[in-house]
Amino acid sequence: MSPYLHFLKIEPDKCDGRMKCMRVCPTEAIRVRNGKAQIIEEKCVDCGECITACPHGAIVALTDPFGELTRFRHTVALPSPGLHAQFGKEILPQKIVAGLKHLGFDDAFDLSLTCGEVSFAIQEYLRDYNGPKPVISNACPTVVRLIQVKYPSLIDQILPIDTPRELAARELKAKKAKRLGLKEKEIGTFYLTPCPAKMISIRQPAEKGRSSLDGAISISNIYGPLLSALEGVEKDSYEKDLKNICILGMGWAMSGGICRTLRIKNSLAVSGIHEIIKVFDDIEKGKLRDIEFIEAYSCHQGCVGGSLTVENRYLSFNKVLKLIETLEYEKIKACPDIREVRKKYEEGYYFMKGKLEPRPLKPLSEDLSEAIRKRREKGEIYEKLPKIDCGACGSPTCMAFAEDVIMRDSVITDCIFNLPQKFEKLSEEFSSMLEKSISMSGVQSPKKKNKDKKGKP
Amino acid sequence: MFCDDGLSQHFQIQGGDFSRAGRVSTTIKEILQEVGIDPAIIRRAAIASYEAEMNVVMYAQKADLTLKLTPEEITIRIEDQGPGIKNIDQAMQEGFSTATDQMREMGFGAGMGLPNINRNADVFWIGSIRGKGTVLIITFLLKKGGKA
Repeated sequence: MSPYLHFLKIEPDKCDGRMKCMRVCPTEAIRVRNGKAQIIEEKCVDCGECITACPHGAIVALTDPFGELTRFRHTVALPSPGLHAQFGKEILPQKIVAGLKHLGFDDAFDLSLTCGEVSFAIQEYLRDYNGPKPVISNACPTVVRLIQVKYPSLIDQILPIDTPRELAARELKAKKAKRLGLKEKEIGTFYLTPCPAKMISIRQPAEKGRSSLDGAISISNIYGPLLSALEGVEKDSYEKDLKNICILGMGWAMSGGICRTLRIKNSLAVSGIHEIIKVFDDIEKGKLRDIEFIEAYSCHQGCVGGSLTVENRYLSFNKVLKLIETLEYEKIKACPDIREVRKKYEEGYYFMKGKLEPRPLKPLSEDLSEAIRKRREKGEIYEKLPKIDCGACGSPTCMAFAEDVIMRDSVITDCIFNLPQKFEKLSEEFSSMLEKSISMSGVQSPKKKNKDKKGKP
Repeated sequence: MFCDDGLSQHFQIQGGDFSRAGRVSTTIKEILQEVGIDPAIIRRAAIASYEAEMNVVMYAQKADLTLKLTPEEITIRIEDQGPGIKNIDQAMQEGFSTATDQMREMGFGAGMGLPNINRNADVFWIGSIRGKGTVLIITFLLKKGGKA
């Protein structure tokens, strides 16, 4: 068993082996064996591309069910800014926060103010930073995993400032425990997530620390109930929640949303895991040294494009822009106090508690000589393949197939282009056997006679 | 010709092909990752091979690149057919470049290519004949003695 947790599950009954997931997987972690998809756990970075690609919904994200709330005496919902993007300016964030309280949570806390705070903290960090550039945002857990697995040399460039969701959950637990006279573990903090990757960052944090969040509920699961709950929400009941709505943090769910709050000369926003891979390859080659900060999201357009959202990613991206515009006209404009943030920054409040370690893929062998020999064999096998990446063998590319022959259960004749050769070889063997037996039968009689003669002295 | 515990792989680089530039160094990086080379060495090898690849794309007609990998060292040999280098000492200085304006607009030609290879390699050898081409041999030591 792999020591790495994943929150994707393939339901074999629904899978009919169409290989769509296998083709979109950015780390070549999926194989199709006996007509069913399988995940190679050490390669998976939980991006969720396969969930979106599967036409049968056979790959599901394991997020927490609603029933989890009953485990705690007091529960708080922390919606990702991606939740607001589902509604846009028609239903304002303060109303959504109020609606969540009608759903069974004891309280709901909007993250936008914390996001704004963290934007200031990132500014502080970048101002004094003089390590290798660019600094890479840690907001997307898949990107952090991708670096751990495929780009271990970039690990020191990951932003060490904790994410708003973790900081807010930590703060809320401490404050609420004091005010309500409860233990911290009796307070349940639930993130309303646009993607399954946040689930892993909660259950198995990349930095080997402990998450302050207790679970994650998918936006797509909560969307329906929330819509009906919103009908019963009176306007004056939520006006006070405006104090936690910060325009600065509202854009954190969309690609470019962090960059626009940083006031630095040269930053870059990338979204879509395949695009990120190209950019990270460039960083490893020493390019992009003049860029200070990279905001990278595994999902296209940012968290608004997560696999557990409801709205189309381009529409919700647009909704965030419109929402920010609308909020600018609202009366109350919450904004974090920069002096306060600076003070807390100096105290180390924003920094991640654990350290990020690389998690490189296992080499072909622990022994270098052996690994080199296996890599050479892999190259030799690859040369026998058609190099068209048809996928009929159940491996995503010819190169991956060559590796599966060396390291896993594939055999070269699983490649349909090598199958005729197998038949050819078999038929050659068969015809030569046939020839042999014919020629033998032709000379057999004299031999037999000879033998017979010898046998008869 | 080659000892039993080694790997040798050939690549071709096409001069002027900016859209595919960098593919070879990415492949080299992947091979090194697969056999489990230290990430710090991989990064130096990726930077050096990328700079060398870009030199071919910018200045030469084409080149053959050979990657040789043994448990002791990584050797990257690039032999190009191109104009050659007039003055190697000058080309090894940081900031010296013969890049055209167009190349500079694309972000290349900062005059860091050869010095950058030299800085990242453990052993660097360069030879050039004007009008014929240039040969680079870049070596990274995997046992003690490397820059890691």
